[in-house]
Amino acid sequence: MRILLSLGLVRGLIAQAAGTAFGMALTMAIRVLLGLPAWNAEPVMVAGALVGVISFLVGVGAFTDWFKWVKGEETPMRHGPPEGRPAWTRYLSVDYSHKVIGVQYVVTGIALMLVAGLLAWIFRTELTQPGLQFLDAPTFNTMISAHGIVMIAAILLGVSGMMNYLVPLMIGASDMAFPRLNALGYWVNVPGAILVVAAMFVGGWNTGWTGYPPLSVQSPLGTPLFLLGVYFVGLSSILGAINIIVTILRMRTPGMTLFRMPIFVWASLAASIIQLTGTQLIGLSFLMVVVERVLGMGFFNPNLSPEAIALGSPPGNVLLFQHLFWFYSHPAVYIFVLPGLGIISELLPVFARKPLFGYRWVALSSMAIALVGFLVWAHHMFTAGMDPGLRVPMMYSTLLVAVPTGVKFFSWVATVWQGKLSFPTPMLFVLGAISVFLLGGLSGPPNGTVTTDLFLHDTYWIVGHFHATMFGGFVFPFFAAIYYWFPKVTGRKYNETLGKLHFWLMTPAFWVQTLAQMDVGLKGMRRRIVDYDPALGIETGHLLITIAGFVIGLSILVMLYNLVRSARTGEVAEANPWRSRSPEWQIPSPVPEHSYARPFVVVGDPYDYGLPGSTYIQFAPSGASE
Amino acid sequence: MSTIASTMADYRHQLRNNRLGLWLFFISEAFLFGGLFVSRFYLWGNTRPELDQTLGLTITSILLLSSFFMNRAEMAIAHDDRRTFLNSLLITAALGILFLIGVVGFEWRGHIRPWDGAFGAVLFGMTGMHALHVLSGVIFILIVWNNGRKGHYSSERHWGVEACAIYWHYVDVIWVFFYPALYLMGTVVR
Ligand code: HEM
Ligand SMILES: [Cu+2]
Repeated sequence: MRILLSLGLVRGLIAQAAGTAFGMALTMAIRVLLGLPAWNAEPVMVAGALVGVISFLVGVGAFTDWFKWVKGEETPMRHGPPEGRPAWTRYLSVDYSHKVIGVQYVVTGIALMLVAGLLAWIFRTELTQPGLQFLDAPTFNTMISAHGIVMIAAILLGVSGMMNYLVPLMIGASDMAFPRLNALGYWVNVPGAILVVAAMFVGGWNTGWTGYPPLSVQSPLGTPLFLLGVYFVGLSSILGAINIIVTILRMRTPGMTLFRMPIFVWASLAASIIQLTGTQLIGLSFLMVVVERVLGMGFFNPNLSPEAIALGSPPGNVLLFQHLFWFYSHPAVYIFVLPGLGIISELLPVFARKPLFGYRWVALSSMAIALVGFLVWAHHMFTAGMDPGLRVPMMYSTLLVAVPTGVKFFSWVATVWQGKLSFPTPMLFVLGAISVFLLGGLSGPPNGTVTTDLFLHDTYWIVGHFHATMFGGFVFPFFAAIYYWFPKVTGRKYNETLGKLHFWLMTPAFWVQTLAQMDVGLKGMRRRIVDYDPALGIETGHLLITIAGFVIGLSILVMLYNLVRSARTGEVAEANPWRSRSPEWQIPSPVPEHSYARPFVVVGDPYDYGLPGSTYIQFAPSGASE
Repeated sequence: MSTIASTMADYRHQLRNNRLGLWLFFISEAFLFGGLFVSRFYLWGNTRPELDQTLGLTITSILLLSSFFMNRAEMAIAHDDRRTFLNSLLITAALGILFLIGVVGFEWRGHIRPWDGAFGAVLFGMTGMHALHVLSGVIFILIVWNNGRKGHYSSERHWGVEACAIYWHYVDVIWVFFYPALYLMGTVVR
């Protein structure tokens, strides 16, 4: 009990509950003072949610050191597990080690993935037959909306987890540049995710993950909570990006020039640039919807009150939302996939025992994708009634993204070509990722071409497209990374048979799911609709999607079972099971508290596998430091 | 290396990190304010509401003046002149509060209200988001002032002051873009 109450997480949750109640009461009191009726669900809940999130952060202890700075006190950096408490408690409290924070991110991400996956199981069961079975339309709408946004949050957390754990290790930094900010960046996700989940229980919302007005201005009470929850998850992206960029630019070990950085570090840099800048705009657009709901500020309202007409005010415009939203949310897909594609480039040379083909091109292609990605947002608006003059430029810029993406593909193929391949679980997932991402990538250009998109938009084809890109670009590589670095993180081996079982269940099922989604989409199935016309002849397709969805979910449960069991009782792993050249594999597993006892210098290129006499890093002779 | 020299080197290293981090934060915020700025042109086009020009000019001058005092404070601590440093900080904070009074107490009490079409939404959106930043800047200044009063800064070590000063100038520069967008550009609609 005492240990339980000492956990930051528990304190944070209690504080969030208390803070929410306090914020609501305070707002009601202010409303009474202003002569308004005390209860109006919308403003009271929004204020409660905001105070609740801040209270969580205070309660968990994310601000403790900064409060001391405000008072002018010094706060020496503490390392290692907490004193007088079991070591595991550090994972449930504020901890400044990037390795702990990385694990926190990944575990939370997987937990959210399970929540969102469960929702998918439920609404997919509903969709196996036309007509309404056991869900009504509002519940269905809430579930698909929550599925989408919770998965996106899960992906963002997974991405941050990988970057947090791996980037400092790969560049030989002792930790991130701003450890306290790093901890805050992780913890702000937790109350944010709680808001999104809570939104499902206070009326839900029916806008899909995109939250387009005017619907989101009129939709049920869950909407503002969902919008605010996403806002805080976005805040985490921004804080994390600052940290990653400074760490990469300023804390590399001697000899690690930009073009000797691992590809994953390049990908993290590119993804962080998008997170740093773009995220503000989804935040702004969601905030605008919240203030339109709460204060009636008509950013998106096409109707004018008589007073506004008397002032000569122009009306609001819903398209403004879409522009702001997609200016982030298109580049956001590259936040999801760039690190994953980096993992692919990272692991292929290890398992092919060959240098990565075209290192410089691959490194720069991540940057190119990130930059061009900012010029394509309106390809989500071809049917929205925007200025037709934007259509063709956006179409060409969209198709242009295929060039740097193609560079990566060619590099992968050329890397595998004539390699001495071996196929342990991580390699299988890498190859699965490439195959699935190819499918997703090829289904993109038809969406980006105006003429075809007019027919494809808002159909299940799009659902197939982005599931394939997200799975190929994030989920498969993420699992590859989990299996690959599992021995590094835990010091133990995972079970290879179960790992392969996971792969062979998930990959065929995923192919079936995506192809069936695309197929029913082409036959006329709309997105985000609980019912469909049996005359479309898509019942078999829907049945296949549902069955495949269940198999994918089960396979992930197999993985979790494997990971949890192996972390406890797995065989002790050897130091460098993959014969990797990367520095983090040259030190003991699990990584010691201060990762590198001796600093290292970079003397060669990272991926020169199989080249005789090539070295990447050299450790300083012992005793040289300090 | 002696310990003092090594802590000083650590401090300088961290200082460079901090500076970069702060500038990245500014880049990020530029997209937030940029989004609002673009929204103004998207919704208002070539029009603008009638606003109190004297008020606009006054608060703008107050904010610009405050940046001058902020600069003076930073110069003073760099020369270990604690008195000028503390006084200038207080003047900056006072001017910041005056600006806030101008925005919240006068501008927001004009004939335009938040729910009055795109005029209300954009006017309150832009000034509100900016005022929030001014408010946080004032709080930041007061924290720095309080720590300065206790003698926590020296000419060698005053990252807190530097960060506060750049932040203040940054918020000031944002207003230099917002003021003409709200008060000067486009034709007045009556
Ligand atoms: C070169 C490859 C790609 C092209 C040309 C492309 C193009 C498009 C277009 C035009 C749409 C909008 C379709 C519509 O709603 O009518 C779309 C949707 C989407 N794409 Fe891609 N895409 C590509 C790759 C990717 C990648 C790598 C991802 C990353 C995961 C991705 C994620 C998405 C998502 C999430 C949507 C759905 C947005 C929504 O309507 O809710 N796409 N894609
Ligand atoms: Cu897009």
